[in-house]
Amino acid sequence: MSQQSSNILEIVDISKIYGPVKALQNVSLYVRPGEWLAIMGPSGSGKTTLMNIIGCLDSPSLGRVVLDGLSLDSLSAAELTTIRRESIGLIFQQFHLISYLTALENVMVAQYYHSLVDEKEALEALEQVGLADRAKHLPRQLSGGEQQRVCIARALINHPKLLLADEPTGNLDETNEGLVMDILHSLHRQGGTIIVVTHSPEVAAHAERTVVLEHGRVASDSKLGAQEKIFDQASQGVEGLEGTKSAKEADSPIVEKAGGIG
Amino acid sequence: MVKKKITNRGFALKMIVWSLIRRRSRLLVALTGVTIGATVLLGLVTLCYDIPRQLSREFRSYGANMVFVKDGVTGRLEGETLDKVKEALPSERLVGLTPFRYEPVRNHMLPYTAVGTSFTDVRRTSPFWRVTGAWPGASGQVLIGTDVARATGYSEGSLLTLDGRNASQARYEKDFTVSGIVSSGGVEDGFIFMSLEDMENMTREPGLVDLAEASLTTGGASLPELVNLVKASVPGVEPRLVTRVTRSEETVLSKLTWLVYLVTLVVLTLTMICVTTTMMTVVLERRKEIGLKKALGAENSRVAREFLGEGVMLGVIGGLLGSFTGLIFARVVSYSVFGRGLSPEVHLIPITIAVSAIVTVLASLWPVRRAVDVEPALVLRGE
Ligand SMILES: Nc1ncnc2c1ncn2[C@@H]1O[C@H](COP(=O)(O)OP(=O)(O)OP(=O)(O)O)[C@@H](O)[C@H]1O
Ligand SMILES: [Mg+2]
Repeated sequence: MSQQSSNILEIVDISKIYGPVKALQNVSLYVRPGEWLAIMGPSGSGKTTLMNIIGCLDSPSLGRVVLDGLSLDSLSAAELTTIRRESIGLIFQQFHLISYLTALENVMVAQYYHSLVDEKEALEALEQVGLADRAKHLPRQLSGGEQQRVCIARALINHPKLLLADEPTGNLDETNEGLVMDILHSLHRQGGTIIVVTHSPEVAAHAERTVVLEHGRVASDSKLGAQEKIFDQASQGVEGLEGTKSAKEADSPIVEKAGGIG
Repeated sequence: MVKKKITNRGFALKMIVWSLIRRRSRLLVALTGVTIGATVLLGLVTLCYDIPRQLSREFRSYGANMVFVKDGVTGRLEGETLDKVKEALPSERLVGLTPFRYEPVRNHMLPYTAVGTSFTDVRRTSPFWRVTGAWPGASGQVLIGTDVARATGYSEGSLLTLDGRNASQARYEKDFTVSGIVSSGGVEDGFIFMSLEDMENMTREPGLVDLAEASLTTGGASLPELVNLVKASVPGVEPRLVTRVTRSEETVLSKLTWLVYLVTLVVLTLTMICVTTTMMTVVLERRKEIGLKKALGAENSRVAREFLGEGVMLGVIGGLLGSFTGLIFARVVSYSVFGRGLSPEVHLIPITIAVSAIVTVLASLWPVRRAVDVEPALVLRGE
């Protein structure tokens, strides 16, 4: 029980099955408050699926998820919506800004669905990501990096317990990647819990801990020695990343999408 | 400078307005649909109000629709009675009230029927009379029916001598000039028409008529109601409807009204289909946006309300625009078909706006369901 209360997120043995495709298989993951975690892995390994489940956008086929002490099992879509609104901040690779609203209004949309709009606060959030002078611009008038920073401001405006970013720098150049990382660092210093999905080792290097997914399983977790590792080993019987890959593929009859790198 | 703090409600409105304004092309398609629908709706309904009025005037060309005779078995109407009848009838609907007095006369030993009437009124109540030559313009001039003209060989300008006996049985003989020949295809073709004054001078029996014909437009009290009204308020007269005319008028009008309503219904349905397809496209186009809003924590009800809000806004703007174009449309139709303008039915404007709002909302219901069903996890993933 002490372990439960000290984790902000507990994923216990979850699987997500789409017909013949097993997007996630017996994945377990424990995240402490204030932790900065990077999730890596090849395309199709289940990273986005995992993020969607953590972000209450989706539910696992098997297993359980406990978010901030609250079990997400058997919650209705409406209840998941409430939890998502209250606890989760989402950042997407494709930004997903509303095209007909200004930067400021895009931030306010999150306030609007969360509680009450507050223009001053929204402007401050834009200021923190260095976009105070772009507040009245429409997304198409902003660069990719600027758009992603608007997304971050939007994700943080309601002070989420958990910030989830699915390849936040996938569409950005190095300079903008650096700017985004700076913002995440400052959030991390303030005690924010961050989970970032990335293909880039440089981005992953900013995180304290890296989890690698392969074929829907946790292939490695840099936080070795923790309780999770024992659990993983027990359920998967694998250790390390490269050496055991072929062995793992041999004993797990998974239908894989032979997709390229996403 | 104190900037007004924006509320959630204000922000919701702002989102809807921006989504309409900044996505102009989409808006224009839907708005055009709604506007055309509202135009036709208001235009046709206005015409529906106006067509009976207009057509009723057209119908008056078929002649009188009410006849007045002396009540009882025989006898003639007095002139004062006719004046009272005229007072009892609604003056704005009375196209004309024409007296007729029949008198047997002879011309060269042959019997004819002379009719004393008012030429100004008869032109209004019997517009179907065809006169070759001229209408009598002075005392001593007569119109003769085509049959009379054929029998006598008289034509325009001929001298016509009539003789007979007056009220006191004294013989008279009087000369008239034929000013024109009248043809109606009816009994009129066998008559000789003179002014009522000429006839009274000739017979020395003033202030009496055999019957009077009235031509009344529709609108307001029905003709049977007017018959009862005259019967009750003017003693000594028996009003009758010329049913052949009034019936056909009623049938044509009601058929026409139904036709217009049917067209309106079809147009409203088409509007609904147009709005539904447009909203459907809008929902498909904006699946990512809907997914995002849901990812940000929007409940289904809020997503639905926003789309319905857009629908209402579209309906109201389209209804407003359509009200103006609809009035213009009705006016143009009225001018080109009936050759006269019409007064706008102002109270129809709010009704039109309300109807287009309701139609747009109804048309949005199905697309909104689709919007609510959007799975954020699916639409937000990848491209
Ligand atoms: N809705 C779905 N229906 C069927 N299969 C799905 C669905 N969503 C994901 N998958 C499959 O699940 C697997 C994992 O997909 P996921 O998007 O999580 O991969 P990913 O690690 O995020 O890949 P990428 O790096 O390309 O984004 C893939 O094989 C994918 O095809
Ligand atoms: Mg992905």
